[in-house]
Amino acid sequence: MNEHRPPDRESAEPIKPPPAIVVTARNIILGLWGALRLLRESTVAMIGAGLVGFWVLVAIFAPWLAPYDPNAQVLPFATPFTEHPEGGTFWLGADHLGRDILSRVIWGSRTVLFYAPVATACAFAVGITMGLFAGYKRGWIDDVLSRISDIILSFPILVLYVVIITTFGASGLNIVLAVIFASAPGIMRIVRGLVLDLRNRDYVAAAQTRGESTLRIMFVEILPNARGPLIVDACLRLGYTIITIGVLGFLGLGLPPPDPDWGGMVNQTRSMATFAPHMTIFPVIAISSLVLGFNLLADGIREISLND
Amino acid sequence: MLIFLARRTGYMVLTMLVVSILLFVLLEVNGEAVAVKVLGPYTTVEQRNLWLEANGYFRPVYVRYFEWLGNMLTGDFGESIRFRAPVADVLWPRLANTAILGGVTFAVMIPLALMMGILAGMKEGSKLDRSLSVTAIITTSIPEFASAVLLTFLFVFWLSWLPGTSGMTDGFRPVELILPVTVLVLYGFGYIARMTRASMVEVMQTPYIRTAILKGMPYRQVIMRHALRNALIAPFTVIMLQINWLLSGVIVVEFFFAYKGFGALLLEASLNQDIFLIQACAMVAVFVAVTTQTIADIGYTYLNPRIRFA
Amino acid sequence: MTDAAPRAAEPVLAIEGLSISYRTRAGAIPAVVDFDLAIAAGESVALVGESGCGKSTVANAIMRYMGRNGSITGGEMRFKGRDMLAMGEAELRSLRGAEIAMVYQEPFAALNPSMTIGRQLMEVPMIHEGVSERQAYERAARMLEDVRLADTERLMSSYPHQLSGGQQQRIVIAMALLANPSLLLLDEPTTALDVTVEAGIVELIGEIKRKFGTAILFISHNLGLVHEVCDRVCVMYSGDVVETGAVADVFTHMRHPYTRGLFGCIPLPMAGRDERPLTAIPGQLPLPHERPHGCNFGPRCPWFAAGTCDAGEVPMIAAGIDGAAGHRARCLRLDAVGEAPPLVPEAAEEAEAVPAPEGDIVLDVVGMQKYYPVHDRSIAALIAGRSVRWVKANEALDFDARRGQTVAIVGESGCGKSTFAKVLMGLETATDGAIIFEGDDIAESAVTDRSKAQIAALQMIFQNPNETLNPSQSVGSQIARVIRKFGVETDRAKILQRVHDLLDLVKLPRDFAKRMPRQLSGGQKQRIGIARAFAGNPSMVIADEPVSALDVSVQAAVTQLLADIQREHDTTLIVISHDLALVRYLADRVVVMYLGQIMEQGRVEDVFAPPYHPYTEALLSAVPVADPQIEKTKIVLEGAVPSPLDPPKGCPFATRCQHKLGAICDAKRPPVHMRADGHRIACHIPLGELEQMEPVFRRAKA
Ligand code: SF4
Ligand code: SF4
Repeated sequence: MNEHRPPDRESAEPIKPPPAIVVTARNIILGLWGALRLLRESTVAMIGAGLVGFWVLVAIFAPWLAPYDPNAQVLPFATPFTEHPEGGTFWLGADHLGRDILSRVIWGSRTVLFYAPVATACAFAVGITMGLFAGYKRGWIDDVLSRISDIILSFPILVLYVVIITTFGASGLNIVLAVIFASAPGIMRIVRGLVLDLRNRDYVAAAQTRGESTLRIMFVEILPNARGPLIVDACLRLGYTIITIGVLGFLGLGLPPPDPDWGGMVNQTRSMATFAPHMTIFPVIAISSLVLGFNLLADGIREISLND
Repeated sequence: MLIFLARRTGYMVLTMLVVSILLFVLLEVNGEAVAVKVLGPYTTVEQRNLWLEANGYFRPVYVRYFEWLGNMLTGDFGESIRFRAPVADVLWPRLANTAILGGVTFAVMIPLALMMGILAGMKEGSKLDRSLSVTAIITTSIPEFASAVLLTFLFVFWLSWLPGTSGMTDGFRPVELILPVTVLVLYGFGYIARMTRASMVEVMQTPYIRTAILKGMPYRQVIMRHALRNALIAPFTVIMLQINWLLSGVIVVEFFFAYKGFGALLLEASLNQDIFLIQACAMVAVFVAVTTQTIADIGYTYLNPRIRFA
Repeated sequence: MTDAAPRAAEPVLAIEGLSISYRTRAGAIPAVVDFDLAIAAGESVALVGESGCGKSTVANAIMRYMGRNGSITGGEMRFKGRDMLAMGEAELRSLRGAEIAMVYQEPFAALNPSMTIGRQLMEVPMIHEGVSERQAYERAARMLEDVRLADTERLMSSYPHQLSGGQQQRIVIAMALLANPSLLLLDEPTTALDVTVEAGIVELIGEIKRKFGTAILFISHNLGLVHEVCDRVCVMYSGDVVETGAVADVFTHMRHPYTRGLFGCIPLPMAGRDERPLTAIPGQLPLPHERPHGCNFGPRCPWFAAGTCDAGEVPMIAAGIDGAAGHRARCLRLDAVGEAPPLVPEAAEEAEAVPAPEGDIVLDVVGMQKYYPVHDRSIAALIAGRSVRWVKANEALDFDARRGQTVAIVGESGCGKSTFAKVLMGLETATDGAIIFEGDDIAESAVTDRSKAQIAALQMIFQNPNETLNPSQSVGSQIARVIRKFGVETDRAKILQRVHDLLDLVKLPRDFAKRMPRQLSGGQKQRIGIARAFAGNPSMVIADEPVSALDVSVQAAVTQLLADIQREHDTTLIVISHDLALVRYLADRVVVMYLGQIMEQGRVEDVFAPPYHPYTEALLSAVPVADPQIEKTKIVLEGAVPSPLDPPKGCPFATRCQHKLGAICDAKRPPVHMRADGHRIACHIPLGELEQMEPVFRRAKA
């Protein structure tokens, strides 16, 4: 688990002095490489990484991969392998408005792989900070933060999303904010639990007895040692956020049309699924495989970290 | 113990109060929108103001909040804009339907998940364990709306075995419950099964299980007497918290299968900006969730002698 | 093997040529090789060795409880003549718990937390003899009395967490004895317990031997305990038995170089560092798949001879001196190795004690008090108006430490020694009193309120090697951080230079600076911890149980290192420890604490000799000593340490004191007797009477 930790300036500094930027860039590449090497230990993790990697590449290269404009309305209800009037093929068919499903699925990966990681990362930033303060400082800060998160967590999650989206309207930003609001308390709880354990370690006492600042102890001495469980949780939560975004789209509370989003595609076409199932099945497979990728990755990483 | 109960109940009431304030603030302070909804979009500002005045919207916020809260507590949730009927009349039958759906789901899911979790956890790393893990990961990776689509494709479109909607238009037909329940169980059981397995694996590695085995106890008895009780403490909490998850799950499933339940109602209310209905639904949902959490906490304490006799 | 078991023709357990392997990702690893053992009825045999030597593996193999990766790859194992390796599950079950029972290291973990003690005990006769619940209950209750537990009714309906560690271990022993087994395996049964509790368990084991005639296999790393509990011993090293024989023979005339090395590593409570310096064993235990060819101990053995020792398998060779039967050692050069000198040199006792350094006073603790509030939220407490109660962790501590001195604070768990360390380091602040450190009162200033110079001057060495270093920072950066933080050096090259100097100081290679903590062994981590503490040139260092988590041979090296560095730097060292032998070795002055109060203090020679405080006497007599030449007073304390929530009003030790005078001890705080050289004893017994006490350790008369 050590190779892919974020480059740590403190540990690199006194030993090797080359310019900081070079070190960082090299460390990131080395880190990624090291992470991949570690993943080889677990088949499950490799499969997961493969699925996730596939969709990441698809999202990055969407403009070159998608055969057609995802919003061009050409041939309604075209079944898979139908020929496109302007040459080429509707490999996965077209939807009720005649838009190429393959292109929509490809472009849809961009939507989800943009919003989900951004939202999850922000939620982690908030949750980690809250958790560190609650777990390390204890006292009233802990009481207040824990109480707030208890209250938020007492909402059934989708009810919470529905209420938030109804109040503030459906937009990308609101979805991100809603995810932060709904997931940060859960992350905080995990971090808090880890910190409660780690704060009693002797090395934390050592840092305290040499008069280190609270912030340094929290972020430099404690946080890096909680990274294992947090990486696993991040993978799980990414998968879950993807599901959430999909579900919101499916319920008609997601991103406004016409840009493709997998949940929305299911919502718009499911009433016709009885005679044209291809319109709903492909986005469903797409989202499931991506989520599966993240879940397998999480499981594999956990397994590897247990082996260590 | 009494103090503990009182404190838990106190927390519960406090949580409900905060939630009610949040909901009130979120949805109602903006009375303008309510007026537009009630009176329609083609009304003048004066008309709306008159309506707002008549309905007491210009009184101080806290006065309105307490009045609203009082009404809530007495079961008066206001008038649904969409259904043009008292919210309570719409809500209760829907809740009953959801209770049926949820009850059946739990009745299938819990025994299944516990069994699988325990069997897998008894022998960590066995074939059964690995296949269960993979199955659980796969099923929890498929969102409810996705498995609903896939199952519908398989059983309705292709095999034509089951009805594709569960509107219960011809009276209550259990067969219409099969698909919604299956979807919920598929998505939900993996989590409980994995938690149970993890808990079981942990217990099986403890020295007291070794003590029991080295006492010369038959393996079955070791499991039944020593392992299960300790291994089920953690899943118990998880199961209670699954009720919270179920309240989310039913929204998707009821929407998909047109089941006339609470989830579909909330969604309908939300899509129609039916504020009183949303408030009522959210309050009920949170109430159920908070109550089960409280029960989970109390149960956990009760099951765990280390806390009970601290 | 029969020659070693003269009392019975058929040994209870006979093991021959047993080999055990573990499957790992790197392939099969032999954990134990060619192991022989025979235990006769009523006999007690010890397996002794450091961690990783395979002693617990043998115990698990005897129970045939090896986990998924372990397997027995060869040899024979017979229990009362029956071949154990051929037994099926059902037959094994009828042996386990009934014929062979086991007692474990962690009594609390070994008991099911959600079942009452009674249920867990009753199961044993119910499974094996199918007796009724009533009978089982009666048997269990009687057995609890046999293991000297009072108040059986209440115990039977309690849950494990409601009992003290000593009680839990007695319960586990009772559980093992319930089916009247012929063989009892004790796997480090006292390691998790305090010394005075340990003494009680040791006595109990002796009673069991006499009363039930059970054969005992005792697994331990503690040579002293082995001496007190067992008749015969097998010393193990790296999967092999290297020396075996009667305890009296082996401990007097140890033959194998490793056994000699082990004895050289343990401090004894009779001799300090000047009389009997420790000699660490060089090198490290080889990893199982990196064992050398020939003698496993070869790379660390001072008598190693190429061509002889690395030629091939080394057999067990008769090593008896004065015709001692059954004393054998796995060494080809016994003649060259010769005979070990006596453990404590004769001259030691007469030797004039080297005077302790008498520099200026660095630390002066005056009437220091530390109370913690405890909030009791039960109804009873609310009604009684006692919802806040105070844990009196430290009560009126008074002592001082001078430059260059080593002051040890000893006591059992819960005596308040760790609280004192926290207050000293500024992690907590004192409730009352003063701590004058280099002229400033730091009792009430938390570490955040102290000046950089004050913080740098007072550093700490921690107990747990696995926690002392931050696992995600390299070793070098952690030392460098201290250097920069305290402004010892600011220039990058100079910091690096200083890191290297410190690594030299703790005798580790310089390239360790780049390593991560997980690449280090426990002893190495502890050395880094020492280097870190000395990085800021402190004038005082507090070491909290600095070696207690390490193996014996590593302990010696680290102890030695710490003592050397301290002398070299003329640093004041405060050692907090429960290990009296270590304290005797390291300390110039000793402070004995009980329940937050000082019972006795003074120069180490004075505290370890009469007159004793009764508690000191009990503590000393509880120390297991591995020297057959030494006789010691036996004192076993009754009861448990009272709760610091309401300590006894008079003498804190009054509830357990073996010399208690009577009501006066309960009612009045004892006076402090002042003797020469700052030797102080807090007891109601007049000094004159205390001076009549016999020394706890005496040389046995031949
Ligand atoms: S056989 Fe050789 S290396 Fe081994 S202990 Fe004897 S003298 Fe030392
Ligand atoms: S004062 Fe009394 S109880 Fe205390 S140590 Fe002395 S004799 Fe024992």
